[in-house]
Amino acid sequence: MKIKVYVKLKETVLDPQGEAILQSAKRNGYDFIDSVRVGKIFELEVSKTENLNEKIDEISKKMLANPIIEEYSIEVGE
Amino acid sequence: MSVYNSFNYPDVDEKIAKEMGLKTEEYELAKKILGRNPNYIEIGIISSMWSEHCSYKSSKIHLKKLPTQGKCVVQGPGENAGIIEIDGDICACFKVESHNHPSYIEPYQGAATGVGGILRDVFTMGARPVAAMNSLRFGTLDNDETIKIMDGVVAGIAGYGNCFGVPTVGGEVFFDECYQKNPLVNAFALGIVKKDKIFLAKAEGVGNPIIYVGAKTGRDGIHGATMASEEFSADSESKRPNVQIGDPFKEKLLLEACLELMKNEYIIGIQDMGAAGLTSSSFEMASKSGSGVKLYLDKVPVREKGMTPYEIMLSESQERMLMVAKKGFEEKVIEIFKKWDLDVAIIGEVTDDGFVRLFWNGEEVAFLPADPLSNNAPVYDRPYKKPEYIEDLRSFSPLKLKKIDDLNTCLFNLLNSQNIASKRWVFEQYDYMVRTNTVVIPGSDAAVIRIKESRKGIALSSDCNPRYCYVNPKKGGSLAVVEAARNVAMSGAKPLAITNCLNFGNPEKPEIMWQFVEALEGMKEACLALDTPVVSGNVSFYNETEGKGVYPTPTIVMVGAIDDVKNTLKSSFKSFNSHIIVVGKDKYEIGASEYLKVCHNLVAGDAPEVELDAEKKLIDFMVDASGRKLLNSAHDISEGGFAVALAEMTFENEIGCEVSFNEDVRDDFLLFSESQARAIIEVSSLNLEKVEELLKKYGLFYMIAGKTVGNFISIRNKGRKIIDVNILAAKYIYENAIKGKMQ
Amino acid sequence: MKAGVVVFPGSNCDHDCYHVLKHVLEVDTVFLWHKERDLKGVDFIVLPGGFSYGDYLRCGAIASHSEIIDSVVEFAEKGGLVLGICNGFQVLTETRLLPGALLRNRDLKFICKNVNLVVSNVNTPFTRFYTPGEIIKIPIAHMDGNYFIDEKGLNELIENEQVVFRYCSETGETFDDANPNGSVDNIAGIVNKKGNVLGMMPHPERCAEEILGNMDGFHIFNSVKKYLKGGI
Repeated sequence: MKIKVYVKLKETVLDPQGEAILQSAKRNGYDFIDSVRVGKIFELEVSKTENLNEKIDEISKKMLANPIIEEYSIEVGE
Repeated sequence: MSVYNSFNYPDVDEKIAKEMGLKTEEYELAKKILGRNPNYIEIGIISSMWSEHCSYKSSKIHLKKLPTQGKCVVQGPGENAGIIEIDGDICACFKVESHNHPSYIEPYQGAATGVGGILRDVFTMGARPVAAMNSLRFGTLDNDETIKIMDGVVAGIAGYGNCFGVPTVGGEVFFDECYQKNPLVNAFALGIVKKDKIFLAKAEGVGNPIIYVGAKTGRDGIHGATMASEEFSADSESKRPNVQIGDPFKEKLLLEACLELMKNEYIIGIQDMGAAGLTSSSFEMASKSGSGVKLYLDKVPVREKGMTPYEIMLSESQERMLMVAKKGFEEKVIEIFKKWDLDVAIIGEVTDDGFVRLFWNGEEVAFLPADPLSNNAPVYDRPYKKPEYIEDLRSFSPLKLKKIDDLNTCLFNLLNSQNIASKRWVFEQYDYMVRTNTVVIPGSDAAVIRIKESRKGIALSSDCNPRYCYVNPKKGGSLAVVEAARNVAMSGAKPLAITNCLNFGNPEKPEIMWQFVEALEGMKEACLALDTPVVSGNVSFYNETEGKGVYPTPTIVMVGAIDDVKNTLKSSFKSFNSHIIVVGKDKYEIGASEYLKVCHNLVAGDAPEVELDAEKKLIDFMVDASGRKLLNSAHDISEGGFAVALAEMTFENEIGCEVSFNEDVRDDFLLFSESQARAIIEVSSLNLEKVEELLKKYGLFYMIAGKTVGNFISIRNKGRKIIDVNILAAKYIYENAIKGKMQ
Repeated sequence: MKAGVVVFPGSNCDHDCYHVLKHVLEVDTVFLWHKERDLKGVDFIVLPGGFSYGDYLRCGAIASHSEIIDSVVEFAEKGGLVLGICNGFQVLTETRLLPGALLRNRDLKFICKNVNLVVSNVNTPFTRFYTPGEIIKIPIAHMDGNYFIDEKGLNELIENEQVVFRYCSETGETFDDANPNGSVDNIAGIVNKKGNVLGMMPHPERCAEEILGNMDGFHIFNSVKKYLKGGI
């Protein structure tokens, strides 16, 4: 089974990378873009296990994301 | 409805004041100064300004005792950083500052923003940062928590400093259980500035515009200053949203833009927004100049929607500056910041009524007297009392210490001690060469950088042995200064001035306050004896978690100058068949030593004697001898004693040594005593006579102990071999102790 | 000869390169601002190290879309000499003036230290003062210096003698222990097919003066100087 975990900085946290990309995009003529926020996607290939959802939530919180500055969402595929 | 009411702030009472960290009597004092009850914005501002972090309320009366005057001093404490003269109008601008609490909460960002803050302190004054250092203290590396913290802190320093383009040329890393939940991260930066190009935090000239530059303001670290003034407890977790994110790229742009701006005569004064953000910068500028300011807070560039005046005044978003321009030059200033793609906005003007007045959409939402709030902040003469543990430690009698037969293993264990072992794992993550000035790279006693416009060089060393400070804070305070001075002198430089970062526990505890007062007394005596005044510094109290405090840790960074940078000495043996001379008298002092801790698992006894007179002579000798090119290399004797110092000299060029003593003393004391005012120097046969003459001239005790030879470290006493180890074996241990733990 | 050092926002070795060219080699040198297109008549361009645009997105990626780069590409295509150091090398791969890409270091950490390099091509305008197989010492300081290229690309590089520097041991062996960052085939620096564009991760400008204890990098700048004078 495939699971995707999306991690990005919390809305209130400064994203210097997004800022720099936005500036450059605007300079290159893409001036309709108002904001860029950068994140990561983790694609997990998992085998059947008990309490899968809880475990994925746990690893997201403890390892994939840094909850001090980041938030995450989980998408379960087939 | 008025603008103020639209924010729906609660009415201010004692409970709200307390939540913001004000004591009852402090809230009363605030009301007295204002002659009324402050509103919510105002109480937020006052509580930040009066936090320990910003107001120095517990330390102020003691800090006054430190010497701050001297021939070389151009700017003493009170500005963003101190400044001393190095060569004619070329000056060095420097400061060290703590970022301890944030580094525990989020090691990478905490350390990174610590570096960012200290760099801004330096370039705010018009100086281009040319060197950075860090003094770091962690728990021991036998647990995952410490490893994670150290990994993050080092990466954070690297991430910020490397990107900004300042070489991190040295520093220190010390490990002890007491820092397990209270790591210390003290960041230092030094910049070069011409004497007539120094900028200060001034707000003068009625009607002059106040300009905001740099990054946008977000809700970062609101009440960070208050957080730094509290002990940690389990619920610190919930304070985590306070963490600020550093953007070294933006800071680099800010640096270049500010230096470009400062070439011209467009601005009157400039101040960075550090702790308590816009609050402290605006109040400091107004109060120092005896003027007032009006700020239109709705003009401040913000990152998030719906930010209120309270949040804007207290935000600790990084990479921001406040400046006062000359009226009529606004456009020139704006043009330069636009060139560097930075946000810039005129957000207010200078007045002369002594008030900081804050406006939102045309309405005054807060007004506070600048000077009374800054200068009549609460000051405490906190009670102090000698802690009981001191006497217990003194009952230690060294002669009863168990004898160890295998001293080779002892030496290996000391080289394997995290406090002594190579810090290569740390410093190779720092770009220590950018700007191409680094003459002595990390790993020697002092870092040395050249100045491209001068023959002179600058030597730097950061030191403090917290164990000495714990067993005897007064001696510890002195020894931190003299060791830093000695290290600088080992490179051939003359020590000139210091900056300090005083890390202590909760000052409301009399025992902690005693440590603080004693350490300052020791520091003062050493600074006076060596004629090295304090030009800047920072105090960090409340380094405690759940009631357990750190060892008193007054970090000293000594800055010195070497007349001709070509004469710089390193602390590694340079050639075979030269003489090894031990300078200074050993008193076989083993109390509070690394040997006692590592080989006997003891922290006991007293710190070594402070020998200010002998230290001064040793320093003068080093400056003189290196100036005459008489020495090959030099290394001071400190943690781990003679044997460790000798071993360290053999590693870089893999040049071995053979030395012999003829002393009536226990072998372990002879090898590992940490008596002060001592050094090992390497002298070629050609110069031996001249060096001896010079040593005698300075009245120094010395002993020609042996020669550089072979690929081993061999030490004899009374003909018996007491140490005989292969260099490569010793070096392997020394190089891998920390690296091995971190992988 | 006139040299130009490109300044991107976030470049931090620009002053160092300028210093070596102007004050050590005494060459007429100017800075070239990223927002401009005018190359001010230079005949040698240095893309210096640093963190252009904060190294955000990918190292060198945003810089490769700046105004000055259009002119640099045109200059290079006409045979002009371009040296990209560290971040400059990353910019050159992002602009496709040089093949391959630079990935995060194998150990995922920034590395600053002296490394040994073996010179494998001395027939470029940059390396004429080295001898074939000479071992030199030049410092590296980077987070993303792990050179990657596919097998086909690597074979082409080797066939065309485009590999100029390889990481090696003190005695010149190019085994894995001497590879600081995981680069394919220990590659530290390459030229384009025509040989007029050199990209390298090590910093020659950091070892071009006696006071810094190492002169091995001086010869690269000196080689360019003599080449442009027509002396060699």
